[in-house]
Amino acid sequence: MSYTLNHLKTLESESVFILREVAAQFQNPAILFSGGKDSILVTYLAKKAFYPAAIPFPLVHIDTGHNFAETMEYRDKLVEKLDAKLIVGSVQDSIDHGRVAEEKGYNASRIRLQTTTLLDIIEKYKFDACIGGARRDEEKARAKERFFSHRDEFGQWDPKNQRPELWNLFNGRMNQGENFRVFPISNWTELDVWQYLAMEGIEMPSLYFSHKRRVFYRDNNWLAESPNIPMRTTEVVEEKVVRFRTIGDITSTGATLSSASTLNDIIQEVAATRVTERGGRADDKRSETSMEDRKKEGYF
Amino acid sequence: MIDLELVTDNEQVKEEKFDANSYLNMELLRFTTAGSVDDGKSTLIGRLLYDSKSIFEDQYEAIKATSEKHGDQYVNLALLTDGLKAEREQGITIDVAYRYFSTPKRKFIIADTPGHIQYTRNMVTGASTANLAIILIDARKGVIEQTRRHSIIASLLGIPHIAVCINKMDMVDYNQEVFEKIVDDYRTFATRLKTKDIHFIPVSALLGDNIVNRSENMKWYEGVTLLYLLETIHIASDINHIDLRFPVQYVIRPFSDKFHDYRGYAGRIASGVIRPGDKITVLPSGFTSKVKKVELDGKALEEAFAPMSVTVLLEDDIDISRGDMLVRENNLPRQSQDIEAMVCWMSDKPLQINGKYALKHTTKDVRAVIKEIKYKLDINSLHRITENPSIGMNDIGRISLRTTKPLCCDAYTKNRDTGSFILIDEATNVTVGACMVID
Ligand SMILES: Nc1nc2c(ncn2[C@@H]2O[C@H](COP(=O)(O)OP(=O)(O)OP(=O)(O)O)[C@@H](O)[C@H]2O)c(=O)[nH]1
Ligand SMILES: [Mg+2]
Repeated sequence: MSYTLNHLKTLESESVFILREVAAQFQNPAILFSGGKDSILVTYLAKKAFYPAAIPFPLVHIDTGHNFAETMEYRDKLVEKLDAKLIVGSVQDSIDHGRVAEEKGYNASRIRLQTTTLLDIIEKYKFDACIGGARRDEEKARAKERFFSHRDEFGQWDPKNQRPELWNLFNGRMNQGENFRVFPISNWTELDVWQYLAMEGIEMPSLYFSHKRRVFYRDNNWLAESPNIPMRTTEVVEEKVVRFRTIGDITSTGATLSSASTLNDIIQEVAATRVTERGGRADDKRSETSMEDRKKEGYF
Repeated sequence: MIDLELVTDNEQVKEEKFDANSYLNMELLRFTTAGSVDDGKSTLIGRLLYDSKSIFEDQYEAIKATSEKHGDQYVNLALLTDGLKAEREQGITIDVAYRYFSTPKRKFIIADTPGHIQYTRNMVTGASTANLAIILIDARKGVIEQTRRHSIIASLLGIPHIAVCINKMDMVDYNQEVFEKIVDDYRTFATRLKTKDIHFIPVSALLGDNIVNRSENMKWYEGVTLLYLLETIHIASDINHIDLRFPVQYVIRPFSDKFHDYRGYAGRIASGVIRPGDKITVLPSGFTSKVKKVELDGKALEEAFAPMSVTVLLEDDIDISRGDMLVRENNLPRQSQDIEAMVCWMSDKPLQINGKYALKHTTKDVRAVIKEIKYKLDINSLHRITENPSIGMNDIGRISLRTTKPLCCDAYTKNRDTGSFILIDEATNVTVGACMVID
């Protein structure tokens, strides 16, 4: 008998370990749930980690108000199915209360504004650890992040001075007012995620599968037609067969022309692709270090 | 600017129809880079990713644009891992970057670590979970202090395999004698290291010699390329499947009528195998019981082994909590409050004799007082400095300490999980020491 664990099972075991460590080390943790595949995966892994007990964390959705309808529907169904607790932090509320000002223009986005809403929610509910679905292979600043990522009392990340993180020993100790971001699926790649979702037979939002959609072309991207995105007069709406590789705020999530309609098709497509999944995200293209800058301020 | 030839159409990948089943059965190898600053670690990782066609077009375009902006002569492949603003400004690595790639044979997790002595703590972070270390040496400089420091750390951390890449061979005319002299020097030094599986490869990270493709410039070299070594090195026997060590991480007690009496001990198996029916002993209490069930997500398992995360149910209702350990009666770990360990120190504030620290070991938290510094290692000679040794930032030495409660531990050389612990400064909560229990 040979005792070998394939890499998907190895990753699963690592993530389950981290999630249990969060439950053991913190008083009041939460899962940041965006409705994308990564936060769906984290939520399922959390269910696994604690079954038959309920997931010991609420799901927190920082809602930009610029959502795909399908995402909301999926979110509410999942919450019901897992009997989880949902907390919604609304960027619209933050705008209405004058906490942040809406950006203007064609490329206006609420991505950066989410940080204020998130930090307000953390303070309101006194969360000491927020679990996120970020993966290191997504983006170059994320490639630098620890599993247990320490934040100062302003919610800021200091990439030049991170705590050492050795072996499987995670130091969640902190001073008053500080908190942690925890990333249980740090070591998963996009392909790992899809392989695992397929292996486990997890139902995914319809947006990830190919469908007909009214889209227009801007900055090398197909964007969904939406009342939340002002269009230039030169931009034309066309109907295309597309799917989304990543799901976020509707204003910054580009669609891919694709006919992949099953999990297996998606796996084949991801295995052969030559661009990264965030290649279609306008929020990362604002500058060379936009993700790092946002993370320093306290973004996911 | 010299453009690297970019593989735009990915014919190779498309032709070999992706086989989902073989992908499911891939083995995972974690490796780390080490060596002195500017020896070319990040460039080598960039080259490995580039030549194995693991770089995406948009990533390549982005680093090309940045290289152009910096006025570089080549597309700087180090930018693939040096992703922080400060790293790009200074042209050095500050913190570990994790990268992922796979070939039809294996899946890899890379930790590209900094060479700068100031960031040794980040090198230790990246190396602590690696199965293999690539140690780079600049062919013009040979074995220097930082090469030795990183090699000692890699060996102390119990990394079972080392690949020494003698880099920048293009700058020494691909000269075989230069290579052989460095190999000799390194071997002489390495006789005193614990790691015995050491390989040597002459490379140019910048130009790609012997990374993925065999070098046309070094016909005299008959060994394998770096990628070939990474794909084929035998790692299955690195995990200990003999001594059962199950540190209890969390107790699952559902609040529901259906599972009213359920009590599951959740954790990740550090070593060994566990099956229903096994007789186990709980430490430190010494109570014994039998395994009723091993499961995850409600699915019963016939057996589970390291490094699986599972939930264990026992026949008897005994008091067990986080920090306890399930083991076998006839195979016990050491249980002691007096611990001897090697320490790698990571704080500006030197280790304090009689100082008290928080200590984390497996899933257990205790406090510890430092009793004695036995010696500090001289990095260059590997001699033990025993006269008034003091351990400061980046120093390595041997200490003895006493804990508030007994630890159930093994020698680090036998078990990386139960043989390691960290020290935490109780005032700042920062991790300051990485420790390995001595035989
Ligand atoms: N000629 C030549 N130059 C190289 C080679 N490998 C790396 N370099 C150059 O050496 C310099 C340092 O390379 P890096 O890859 O950043 O070095 P590093 O080891 O990652 O440095 P730190 O991470 O800061 O410790 C860069 O200018 C590289 O272009 C090589 O094989 N030949
Ligand atoms: Mg580097």
